Amino acid sequence: MSRRSRVSRRQFLIAGGAALATGLAGCSGEEGGGAATDTMSSADTVTIGVLEDQSGNFALVGDPKHKASMLAIEEINADGGVGGREIEAVTRDPQSDNQRYQELTRKMIDDHEVDVLWAGYSSATREAIRPIINRNEQLYFYTTQYEGGVCDKTTFAVGPTARQQLGSVLPYLREEFGPRIYTVAADYNFGQLSADWVKVLANENDAEVVGEEFIPLSESSFGSTINNIQEADPDFVMSMLVGANHTAFYEQKASAGLEVPIGTSTAMAQGYEHRRLEPPAMANIYAGVNYMEEVPTDSNTRDGGFVDRYFEKYPDAPYLNEEAETNYFSTYMYKEAVEQAGTLEQPEVIEALESGISLGTERAPEAPEGETIELDGATHHVDHHMWVLRADEEHNIEAVEDRKIPEQFLTETVGCDLREEDEQTQYTPVDFFEEAE
Amino acid sequence: MVNGLNLAFQFLDSFAFIVLAAAGLAIIFGIMGVINLAHGEFILVGAYATTLAVTGLSVPLPVAMLVGAVVTAAFGLVVERTVISGAVPNRLWARLEPPLSATLPDQAAALLPGTPLVEPLYDRLADSMVATFGLSLVMVQGARIVFGNSIDQVATPLGELSYGAFSYSAYRVVLAGVSVAVLALVYYVFAYTDYGMRARAVIQDDRTARAMGVDTERTYAATFAFGSGLAGFTGALFAPLVSMQPTLGGQFLVEAFVAVVVGGASVVVGTVLSAGVLGAVEASVTNYFDSQTFGRIALLLAAILALRFLPGGITGYIERLRTRRREDR
Repeated sequence: MSRRSRVSRRQFLIAGGAALATGLAGCSGEEGGGAATDTMSSADTVTIGVLEDQSGNFALVGDPKHKASMLAIEEINADGGVGGREIEAVTRDPQSDNQRYQELTRKMIDDHEVDVLWAGYSSATREAIRPIINRNEQLYFYTTQYEGGVCDKTTFAVGPTARQQLGSVLPYLREEFGPRIYTVAADYNFGQLSADWVKVLANENDAEVVGEEFIPLSESSFGSTINNIQEADPDFVMSMLVGANHTAFYEQKASAGLEVPIGTSTAMAQGYEHRRLEPPAMANIYAGVNYMEEVPTDSNTRDGGFVDRYFEKYPDAPYLNEEAETNYFSTYMYKEAVEQAGTLEQPEVIEALESGISLGTERAPEAPEGETIELDGATHHVDHHMWVLRADEEHNIEAVEDRKIPEQFLTETVGCDLREEDEQTQYTPVDFFEEAE
Repeated sequence: MVNGLNLAFQFLDSFAFIVLAAAGLAIIFGIMGVINLAHGEFILVGAYATTLAVTGLSVPLPVAMLVGAVVTAAFGLVVERTVISGAVPNRLWARLEPPLSATLPDQAAALLPGTPLVEPLYDRLADSMVATFGLSLVMVQGARIVFGNSIDQVATPLGELSYGAFSYSAYRVVLAGVSVAVLALVYYVFAYTDYGMRARAVIQDDRTARAMGVDTERTYAATFAFGSGLAGFTGALFAPLVSMQPTLGGQFLVEAFVAVVVGGASVVVGTVLSAGVLGAVEASVTNYFDSQTFGRIALLLAAILALRFLPGGITGYIERLRTRRREDR
C-alpha cells in the first residue's frame, strides 16, 4: 500500500467520524430540546421523563400512553405550568425492550435528573426497572392496569389492579349468567396472578372455576382451547389473554361458533380489538376497566372533552385507550402534589401525594373516567371509577354497570401503609388466600 | 378426555400451519442455500396485501389472497435482484465506477470499492442470515411507519362445523386441504415443468448446468420469487386468523425452521413428513394434557430428538437407508 493512500485514508476517517458524530448529536435531541437543556434541572422548569413504547411488541398499546402524556404536559404548560414552572418533557423510545428500559431509566435519572418518571407498559418491564428506581429513590408513576400488590415508597402504581378490574366484571357476569367460570390467561406473571384473583373473587361471589388454561405468549392457534371450553360448558369465560398473538383467540372463537359470554381485563380497552376486528368477533365480550374511549362521562365525551382534545392534537391516532387516560390524569395528580408541596424535591412531593390527591374537586380538573377519583396515600394506588363495558354484535360499546371500586388488597388484606413504613415489595394473592394456592 | 374428532381437527390444524409456514422457506433454503430470516416478513407482506385489498379496494377475499401471493412474489424478486444476488447494484456500480474514478483524484479513486460491488449470497449460510435478518428489521419497522401499529382485519369466512357439544372453524379444516394442494403444486412444478428441471439441475451442479445452457441467474431469481410467493400465499391464507400487526411474521418462524430442519433436504417429501410427525406430536400432547404449553414443549422436544438422532432430517435418514440397501444388494 502506498504512503499516499494511507494518508488519504486517515483523512477519510476523520471526515467520516465527524459526519457520524454530527449525525448522532442530531439524534439525541428529540423532544426534550437540546442535550444541554436536558441535563439542567433549573429552578423554573420541571423535568418529566416519559418512557413509553413507540415501536416493538407493545407499540400498539404504548403509543397512546406517550401521546396522552404529551397532551397533559401541553395543557398544563398552556395553563401556566406547574406552580409557574414550565414542564420540559424528556422522551425516548424504549422499543418494548426491557434492557433498553433499564439503560434509559439510568440515563433519565443520572443524565437528565428528571423530577419524575413515567415508564413502561408490561409488569415485566416495571419489575426490570424497579430496582434502579429504588436505588435512586426516584419518584415513578406506573400507569398500566396490572396484577396489583406493589407496595413501594417511590412507586405510584396508579392504573387499576386485577382485583379492581376483575372485581367489577366478574360479579356482574355471575349475576347475569351463572356461577361456572372457565379461565384462559397468558402464561406469565400477570396472567397467573390474574387467574389467582379470579379464584379469590369466584369464592367471594359464590361461583366456581371449572377450568383454567394458561397460554404461552407465542401461541396463536386456539382450536384446542375452544374445544376445552366447549367441553367444560361454563356459564362464562374470564379471559386475561395478552399481546398480538392472543388477539387471534377472539376471531377464532367467533369463527368456531363459540357464543359463551366472556369477561376480560385485557381486551378492547387496551388494544381496541373491537375497532380492529370485523364484527361480530368481539360480540358479548365484557371489559372490566376504568376507562375506554367510549366511557360515557361528561368530562370524556362533551364538546372539547378529553376525547376531543386528544384527537385534536393527534387527528391520525387510532384509539384513545385505558392506559392513556391513566397517564393523562396522573400527570395532573403530580401537578397538584408539586403545587401543594411548593417544591420539586422528591421526598416532599411524595409526602404531598401521600396526603391523598383528588381529581374532580374545585382545584383540580375532572378525571375522564369519572367525576372524582382519589389517590390513596397509604398504598400509592388509586380508588378508580370502574366500568363494565359490553360490545354488541356490531361492536358498539355500551356501559352496563359502573361504580367506584377502591384498591382493597394492599389496604385491607396486606395492610401496606407507606406513610408509616418504607417498603419496596410486591405482594401476591397466594400468600394471603387459600383458594389462590 | 380425548375426543377423536377434536384430535383429528387439531392435527389437521397443526399440519396445515406447519406445512404452510415452512413451504416457502424450504424452497429458498433447500434450493438456493439461503437462510431467509425475513421469511416471517414475507408472510407479513402477503397478509397485509390481502387484507388491504379487501378492506381498501373491496376485492373479494379469494381474489385478494391471490393478489397477496403475487405481490409477495414480486417483492421477493426485487429482494433477490438487490440484496440476495446483488445484480442490480452491481450493474449500476459497473456503469458508475469508471467515470467516477476518472474524475476523482487518484487518492480518492483508490478508495472506491471494485466490481462487483456485492457478492451473491447463494450458499453463504451465515452471511445470508445476517443480510436477511437486517432485511426483516427494516421490513417490520417500515410496515409500522407506513401502516401504523395495526390495520383493520377481515373476518374468517365459511362459518363452523358442529358435532355434539363441539364445533370447529370450517375455514381451518379447508386450510388443511389447501396445504396439501400447495405441496402438490410444488411437486408438480419441480418434477414436471422445464423450469423445475432447470432448478434441479442448478441445485445439483450449477457450473455444469450453466455449461449446458441453463441461465442459472434467472433460475435463482425465479426460485426466490416462487418461494416468496408461497410465503405470501401463507400470509394471505392466515390473514383472517392472526392479528394484523407488523410483528405477525414472528409466530410462523419457529415452526417453519423446525419443520425445514426436521424434514431434511427434500423439499416436498421432507415438509410433508416433518409436518405430519410434528403435527401429530403437538396435537396429541395438547389434547392429552389439555394444555397448549405441553403441546409446544413436545413439539420442540421432538425437534431436538430428531436433530440428535437424524442429523440429516427425516429425508436424509431415508436416503441413508436406501443407500445402505443398495450397497447390501
